Amino acid sequence: MANCYHCGDSCNGSEIVHQEKTFCCRGCVTVFDILNDNDLSYYYDLEKTPGTSPKTIESKYDFLTNEAIVNKLLEFNDGNTQIISFLIPTIHCSSCIWVLENLQKLNKGIRTSQVDFPKKMVRITYASEEISLKELVTLLAKIGYEPYISLEDLGAKKRKTDHTLIYQLGVAGFAFGNVMFLSFPEYFQVEEFWLDQFKNLFRWLMFAFSVPVVVYSARNYFISAYKGIRSKILNIDIPIALGITVLFVRSTLEIVMNWGTGFFDSLTGLVFFLLIGKFFQQRTYSYLSFERDYKSYFPVAVTRISANNTEEQIPIYDIKPGDRLLIRNKELIPVDAIILKGNALIDYSFVTGEAIPVVKNSGEKVFAGGRQEGALIEVEAIKEVAQSYLTQLWSNEVFSHNKEHQFQSLIDKISKHFTIGVLSLAFLATLFWVFVDASKAVQVFTAVLIVACPCAIALASPFTLGNLLRIFGNQQFYLKEAYIIEQMAAIDVVVFDKTGTITTHAKSNITYEGIPLTEAESNLLTSSLRASNHPLSRALYDILNKNDIKVLDHFEEITGKGIIASYNKQSIKVGAPSFVDASQVAEEENKTSVYVSSNNDFKGRYVFQNTYREGLLEVFQKIGKNKEIAILSGDNDGERGRLQMILPSGATLLFEQKPDDKLHFIKSLQQQGKKVMMIGDGLNDAGALAQSDVGVVVSENVNVFSPACDAILDASRFSSLPDFLKLSHKGIQVIKWSFILSLLYNLVGLGFAVTGNLMPVVAAILMPLSSISIVVFTTVATYFLGKSITRKEKK
Amino acid sequence: MTIIYMLLAISVTVAIVFFIAFIISVKKGQYEDTYTPSVRMLFEDEVIKEVSAENSKTKTDNQ
Repeated sequence: MANCYHCGDSCNGSEIVHQEKTFCCRGCVTVFDILNDNDLSYYYDLEKTPGTSPKTIESKYDFLTNEAIVNKLLEFNDGNTQIISFLIPTIHCSSCIWVLENLQKLNKGIRTSQVDFPKKMVRITYASEEISLKELVTLLAKIGYEPYISLEDLGAKKRKTDHTLIYQLGVAGFAFGNVMFLSFPEYFQVEEFWLDQFKNLFRWLMFAFSVPVVVYSARNYFISAYKGIRSKILNIDIPIALGITVLFVRSTLEIVMNWGTGFFDSLTGLVFFLLIGKFFQQRTYSYLSFERDYKSYFPVAVTRISANNTEEQIPIYDIKPGDRLLIRNKELIPVDAIILKGNALIDYSFVTGEAIPVVKNSGEKVFAGGRQEGALIEVEAIKEVAQSYLTQLWSNEVFSHNKEHQFQSLIDKISKHFTIGVLSLAFLATLFWVFVDASKAVQVFTAVLIVACPCAIALASPFTLGNLLRIFGNQQFYLKEAYIIEQMAAIDVVVFDKTGTITTHAKSNITYEGIPLTEAESNLLTSSLRASNHPLSRALYDILNKNDIKVLDHFEEITGKGIIASYNKQSIKVGAPSFVDASQVAEEENKTSVYVSSNNDFKGRYVFQNTYREGLLEVFQKIGKNKEIAILSGDNDGERGRLQMILPSGATLLFEQKPDDKLHFIKSLQQQGKKVMMIGDGLNDAGALAQSDVGVVVSENVNVFSPACDAILDASRFSSLPDFLKLSHKGIQVIKWSFILSLLYNLVGLGFAVTGNLMPVVAAILMPLSSISIVVFTTVATYFLGKSITRKEKK
Repeated sequence: MTIIYMLLAISVTVAIVFFIAFIISVKKGQYEDTYTPSVRMLFEDEVIKEVSAENSKTKTDNQ
């Protein structure tokens, strides 16, 4: 089968041949023409089938004519020259970068544009007198790069990336290199006349290089140690801060008193390595966002019908109860409302994960967060945006907490004992030397603190977790921060959401009930479904045999009801039961069905059922071995029997759970002292995800938006979940082993220190050696852990 | 042997020059997006109109 020249999708028997190339749809042809006519065909040379099929947008961007809204979106505006940044989720290859950076060829009004590929952002400078923002957005949408503009973009302060760590690292690295270079002659202790002459100069230069390292680069360790002491927690930063202080004070004293060369090399090296560790465990997925709330889903504006029946675009925060709103195809319902006119078909997949849209008729209530599929409807708002059923969830205090601060990491637990041990050893050794040789006492005291500085311990955890973070990332399991891995290792209960999490949107299980269709009838059915854009039609069409497609004599789609089609004196009706003369058949609730009648005789119906994800049974079995499992569902208990068959005994099954109930269920588990992992997908799980110790979102497409969480799991890797949990356990073991290893180094160093023999050169060798070997050990260990999981995947 | 003062001054100056270059590069945002420039430099030439026109010509000839 031919694939589209533009987007690469298979043409599915409906290819359009244009300029000797095949395309899957009119939209793709349009994009090709636009690019070709503007000397941009290099787009197709750069990568094969780089494009994205454009979506119809109609009047979706009318709100961009509202000046107040536009001003809030713009980054810079001096009347004519305007700058704006867009998030474009479809950016995915080098052709995308190229075409988006050559936008000035499409419209003279566009001055420059620059793509930030990892963030999927494009920053465009344009002259508003030549092209308005609305025209710009429409142009982008036309070539398949529709910007994603959500409520979140309004009034959001432009995020500035924090470069402090990079500067600190730069300063420390710069000082480290120069100090090493300057202290080199003294390592060999050459008794050379000229070196002796310049010794003082060299030493003072090293001092000068070290000052910014202590004052600036190591600043955060002092701050953190101070905070730790104030809240009476002996954290790992206390011995580090102590070590740095002692290193600096003693080294300065040594060069002032002309006792020796000091430990400036060890000092700068220590800070440099520590900061590298910090840098390494920073999160790396800038294109994923883990902080989203309903604002990232909701549109910026909505069409309101004012009293004198004119349409106007208003920001959605201005919606008052009683306002009449127009919701077009593919638009989101921003507030709880009652349908006044039109038939609604509402897709709640953002909210509940339910893939199949729900039919609502006029007079019925619709909740905020649903997306209208089909024709235009008119609704009356009954609440304000922030007070709607879904959005009020975010007023719960759980969303203002920061999880990381409540969490005591492994390293915090160890550092408590470590700090006490080191301090007592330092005092004991000093006490000993006071009686034996008082002149050495101070020297020994400082030497112990220098050697015991837990550089290697502090490095073990960032490198192990940082490596695991990348391994998980390669397996399409994206974690917000490295510390999540430690939390994962401690999980006792795994709670799943049902719809959209353990079931898949991608394919529904469709079964036929009723009188079997003849071949002519089923051919007619396929042909008529093909012409329909209704989501149910599309889903049904995908599973039917597609041979012998006819050109229909008559085709009509009645919104909210169904399709009538005829061919060769045979007619067919597909749709709601009342529409297809199936009034005698009782419509079963809780089941989405499509009814079929041929020549006005009722034939039967197609029932849509959720399918469970592949490997679900194994996931339950493996996790059930050493953890509790619970399932929370917002639906009725129609699937209880089916689920109980595959769940291990003792699993909790709760149905008809409201978003708040889910949150409270997690909370009650935590109050029993359990560590809970919540696995969900929709906005209705947002509360539970925030409350849980580790909130994981299962996503069919990670670039599309998911609620705030700690981790995003690509749906295709759902079956690897037990392996990920196991891997996090193993990671913690690696950290423990490295602690032991670095303690051994500390013991060797302490041997030198307590006997009063610590030479600067020994410290300068021991410190980097221990740090580097820890880094090597953790890297190799995690590499093999990562191998074990990829090997399993290949089997 | 006072030349060593001179040498020291030079070596430290060179180091500081590089350090300042580093600070400027961070300030200018070179570390914000470390991927796109690596792709962008590969198609810089094609922006010139003549070249791309020629390219598309040879391409249509081939087909």
